[in-house]
Amino acid sequence: MEEALLDIQDLVIHYEKRNGAVRAVEGLNLRLKRGETLGFVGETGAGKTTTALGIMRLLPVPPGRVVSGKILFNGENLLDKGEEEMRSIRGGKIAMIFQDPMTSLNPVITIDEQIAEMIALHSGLSHRDSISRALEMLELVGIRRERAGDYPHQFSGGMKQRVVIAIALACSPELLIADEPTTALDVTIQAQVLGLMKDLRRQFSTSLLLVTHDLGIVAESCDDTAIMYAGRIVEYAPTAELFGNPLHPYTRGLFNSIPKITGGKGDLMTIPGLTPDPSNLPPGCPFHPRCGLAVPECSSGIRAPLEAGEGHYSACPVTLGGRR
Amino acid sequence: MTDTDALLDVRNIKKIFDTKQGPLHAIDDVSFTIKKGETLGLVGESGCGKSTLGRVLIRLVEATDGSAWFGGKDIFSLNGAQMKQMRKRMQIVFQDPYSSLNPRLNIADLIAEPLIVHKVCSSASDMKSRVMKLMDMVGLARRLHNAFPHELDGGRRQRIGVARALALDPEFIVLDEPVSALDVCIQAQILNLLSALKREANYTYLFISHNMSVVKHVSDRIAVMYLGKIVELADYESIFDEPAHPYTQALLSAIPIPQPGARKDRILLEGEVPSPIDLPPGCRFSPRCSRREDICELEQPELAEFKPGHSVACHVFARGGRYQGTYAPQDQIK
Ligand SMILES: Nc1ncnc2c1ncn2[C@@H]1O[C@H](COP(=O)(O)OP(=O)(O)O)[C@@H](O)[C@H]1O
Ligand SMILES: Nc1ncnc2c1ncn2[C@@H]1O[C@H](COP(=O)(O)OP(=O)(O)O)[C@@H](O)[C@H]1O
Ligand SMILES: [Mg+2]
Ligand SMILES: [Mg+2]
Repeated sequence: MEEALLDIQDLVIHYEKRNGAVRAVEGLNLRLKRGETLGFVGETGAGKTTTALGIMRLLPVPPGRVVSGKILFNGENLLDKGEEEMRSIRGGKIAMIFQDPMTSLNPVITIDEQIAEMIALHSGLSHRDSISRALEMLELVGIRRERAGDYPHQFSGGMKQRVVIAIALACSPELLIADEPTTALDVTIQAQVLGLMKDLRRQFSTSLLLVTHDLGIVAESCDDTAIMYAGRIVEYAPTAELFGNPLHPYTRGLFNSIPKITGGKGDLMTIPGLTPDPSNLPPGCPFHPRCGLAVPECSSGIRAPLEAGEGHYSACPVTLGGRR
Repeated sequence: MTDTDALLDVRNIKKIFDTKQGPLHAIDDVSFTIKKGETLGLVGESGCGKSTLGRVLIRLVEATDGSAWFGGKDIFSLNGAQMKQMRKRMQIVFQDPYSSLNPRLNIADLIAEPLIVHKVCSSASDMKSRVMKLMDMVGLARRLHNAFPHELDGGRRQRIGVARALALDPEFIVLDEPVSALDVCIQAQILNLLSALKREANYTYLFISHNMSVVKHVSDRIAVMYLGKIVELADYESIFDEPAHPYTQALLSAIPIPQPGARKDRILLEGEVPSPIDLPPGCRFSPRCSRREDICELEQPELAEFKPGHSVACHVFARGGRYQGTYAPQDQIK
């Protein structure tokens, strides 16, 4: 098998609290091939941001702690790297975009200086050359030169997210992690920003891990899709395959619960119950208490995802083979 | 005179906020009606005036100009006591159930609050039984009656918001982004609840949302707002099948469709929504419109019906009836 750019193996991340551990990520396996876009989908609290912060080594420690597992990037385990080395990887080979652009922007520095600073840090270019590269980046994301000396608060939400994209891509990272990059934006602005990310990703041959809860975005922009539930990947497949032939009962439930623009007006299908509390996960398959197809074996033991077809993995043995 | 069919008849409403930067035109000359038992969806991007309109209609915010007739009464002319009576018939559910609920009250107290304010219970036991009945109606387990909002998930908190709105047995409910803060599985539960309640009690809804798929699912008719104005109004099928306004078309084409390969092309709008303080003189959408003509920058288009039940405010459409190559989202779905 071709070496993946990012290969996460059996990752376990907990937040340790006085009254017990929050098991945010519980044995997660995920591969991102070079040059591809992987959609990473799940509801609030599934553990998406924790995983992303884990890759970046930006978890709040304590209470966060990587309990076990490996995060291989170009074959090297990021969890073995020293802080010094991580600092040069962050913003260099791996960049991250957050939902709130102000997480990444400094309110008291003009945007051209912010981008130039990042470029100088990773490339060793002079200040002057870094500034001119910064202006080129701003142009690429559709921000006119006249505005380069403005401060972040002088920009709208959509424009700020463009600036963040310019910063993230300034050093041509191999991997870009975008955590709900358009969730706070209006739909027409979201379309602009996603279009921009698509173009630039090609231009810079950057691989993308796109965290989102919007299945529409995944369908339109991701090669592969991973569905996360209660700290685990429950299903993983090429996007068209996943949407055409969803296997895991949670994936099916998720797809059925969204109103479709082409759909009728009848009641939506719902999944009974709530997502489990990660400090008190049920034994066995974390979805079994809500699952209409559960059999007694589902409440004990965790099974590794099974290959259902070419590149299509599902953690549910009951629906495997499409029999149910 | 009012439209006899209409439960709510809104005419030429304006709302101007005075701000440090100058007058802000949040709603500018908006008129529409809602029939009894109907759901009108109100869509548009953030800041276009949806919440302000919802609040003006139940007088949480006073209109600058215009009138609103509810069941034949001019509600903006009612005095405080009359409005308090009227408020029993008109209720609102807010987006963020958490910030709109008093954190120190438990579920039973929160649901009882409107009953107490309006003194509708004959006794403590009457109140208790009404609260329990409301909890049943919105699908909150009775055992949760003494739980506090922070102990509950977003879906249950929104059920409390709905129960409070239903407490006084209203006719009309403004639902202001009632599912926008919720995950899709919980969203589906709340949408089903709202339609079930409507089937049973024939409520009339103004359903505000920025999510077009959700609005299509719940609405009979849909009004599309842009910068304080309604730019298009039609039954839900026409809005999606034959959107007439260039903004509606762009909005529809921007929705990501959860079906790989479904979308063929997309209308990308230039730039962003201008400020409601510094408005363009003609059509408010003209600076971003690819079909703009000279007149669009000079004169504001009126919302006019071009076929029964379908109105649009667009000079170019009015002149030609149709644009070249009208876009309909159905064409784009294989
Ligand atoms: N700093 C923290 N301390 C304790 N628990 C946390 C912390 N950050 C996240 N969590 C918990 O970890 C779980 C996963 O959260 P997160 O990774 O943010 O999920 P997602 O991004 O999928 O919504 C949630 O239950 C969340 O409450
Ligand atoms: N109390 C207020 N004072 C000043 N401006 C306001 C106030 N409330 C709303 N606005 C402004 O009115 C416009 C419409 O806001 P709103 O009705 O909340 O829009 P929406 O609900 O469509 O997002 C926005 O520009 C907003 O900033
Ligand atoms: Mg998150
Ligand atoms: Mg609003």
